[in-house]
Amino acid sequence: MNLTTKTLLLLAGLALAACNNPRPGLFAGGGVDGFGSETGITTGTLGDPNDPRSIAHFQQRIGDRVFFTDDSSELTPEGRSTLQGQAAWLRANPQFAVLVEGHADERGTREYNVALGARRADTVQRFLIAEGIAASRLRTVSYGKERPVEACAEPRCWNLNRRAVTVVSGGVAG
Amino acid sequence: MTRLFTALLAMLLSFGLAAQAQPLRLQITEGVIEPMPFAVPAFVPEDNGGSQYAEALSRVVAANLTSTGLFREVPPTAHIARITSFDAAVSYPDWRAVNVQALVVGAVAANNSTLTVKFRLFDVVSGQQMGQGLQFAGSVQDWRRMAHKVSDAVYSQITGEGGYFDSRVVFVAESGPRENRTKQLAIMDQDGQNIRTLTDGRSLVIAPRVSPAGDRAVYTTYQTGSPRIALMDLRSGQAQLVGEIPGAMTFSPRFAPDGRALVFSAAIGSTTDLFRLDLGTGQMVRLTNSPAIDTAPSFSPDGRFLTFESDRSGSSQIYVMPVGGGDAQRISFGQGRYSTPVWSPRGDLIAFTKSHAGRFHIGVMRSDGSEERLLTASFLDEGPSWAPNGRVIMFTREAQGGDPALYAVDITGRNLRRVPLASPASDPAWGPLLP
Repeated sequence: MNLTTKTLLLLAGLALAACNNPRPGLFAGGGVDGFGSETGITTGTLGDPNDPRSIAHFQQRIGDRVFFTDDSSELTPEGRSTLQGQAAWLRANPQFAVLVEGHADERGTREYNVALGARRADTVQRFLIAEGIAASRLRTVSYGKERPVEACAEPRCWNLNRRAVTVVSGGVAG
Repeated sequence: MTRLFTALLAMLLSFGLAAQAQPLRLQITEGVIEPMPFAVPAFVPEDNGGSQYAEALSRVVAANLTSTGLFREVPPTAHIARITSFDAAVSYPDWRAVNVQALVVGAVAANNSTLTVKFRLFDVVSGQQMGQGLQFAGSVQDWRRMAHKVSDAVYSQITGEGGYFDSRVVFVAESGPRENRTKQLAIMDQDGQNIRTLTDGRSLVIAPRVSPAGDRAVYTTYQTGSPRIALMDLRSGQAQLVGEIPGAMTFSPRFAPDGRALVFSAAIGSTTDLFRLDLGTGQMVRLTNSPAIDTAPSFSPDGRFLTFESDRSGSSQIYVMPVGGGDAQRISFGQGRYSTPVWSPRGDLIAFTKSHAGRFHIGVMRSDGSEERLLTASFLDEGPSWAPNGRVIMFTREAQGGDPALYAVDITGRNLRRVPLASPASDPAWGPLLP
């Protein structure tokens, strides 16, 4: 398979996914489509990061995630700054709802890490509420150590895996 | 479900009496330096149908006994005597000549779909039979289980401990990239055979537990997109969500010793507390109310206490409290973090995960926290689960950058071994001895 074919297949796949968006609302209970709902990712146009109203701008320019130190759910100064930017964006774009995903690195036991991820997500949610975001727009989930973003078993990856990701999607939850 | 039943006489000698009467004796608690040499010649086929199982049965028994680290097989190629009849007199000098101390003689017959297996155990050193011998009958499909029954009986007669070979383990079968792992609930025989997946992998599942009767499993599933507790009937494979609390993530479920209730964790806001759910009435009771993380509960086998981990002191430590809640006593005081306490089925020990100085350990301590002993050390060991006899612990081990695998170690810390599985696996939950 050459690169062009791969690219075409990839584009076709994306187009298909966009047409078949199975999620009627952001927080509709999943179940049937398994991982599609678990990652909290909805399919849609991210837009141009230069457009300050786009999700791409939120993810790339403001930053959709904050990081934590080992076994901690305290926000770092950088984290607070990122969340202030997120809150400003959410205030300016009230049509979007948010799922905050809490994650842990692999250096803890599985179930403790679910609780730790929940605490990290809650920290972010509380911060956003304190910044004026309506609680009805916010939900949290913890993945514990089940969904690392970096696979290497070294501190540089663990630092990136101890995170809370603010996943933005269209449609305010009822 | 096929029936498997003991047909001949029950063993007349109680283990206590056996201890005095038998010269062949292994004390597991002391740790065995020199494994006991044994022989299991191919079972004697008593009809045409039995011949295809004769060799295989003896190999499973030999593998089981060897896997304990307490026994060493004298292989069939070294045998002088040939067993051609189940009832023929044992020529002890021939077995002594190749240094065999314990001899298992078996026979097998297969009539239609029914397999009949019998065996006798001989103490070669003193030249006499041990116990009465046993006969098992069941479906030919369960031929491995019958070999496990033989192994359990031999193990019990020589060690005085309960067996664990005829038991199953529920675990999580893993596949796919680490960043987007597929995890399926699965069940296997304790030796890694007869693997069957129980969920289709579309939903992430973690940390199962088996009911005391072995008929159900509880685990955490992400099928709604958020952690929830599922209860599965292992016979039908049907699962349902239980213990839902509005606005909470629920996880870490454990069966009460009577199988009628669960204790689990619920993350509400920044805190995680323990709750009890009556499976019959659906009634839910809060057991802890701290601003900390309280999780990984485990019942004492008498059902009177719970041990669990909490970071209420600032880092994860192990606590014990009355089963209905109330004052929790911290029992772990060593350096490092302590997690996943699991009460031994014998009630004497609590197994745990400990992390300290960048290493993870499986360890055991008495239920008052004394006599802590670390059994393993690696990049990542976690999640101990007790064998039904409380003498062996299975757990998850992950080498740095490697895939997780299931390992077992005995409570003396000897005989660490990998459970032979072809693909990555984690979160073992050892079920009861099968009836």
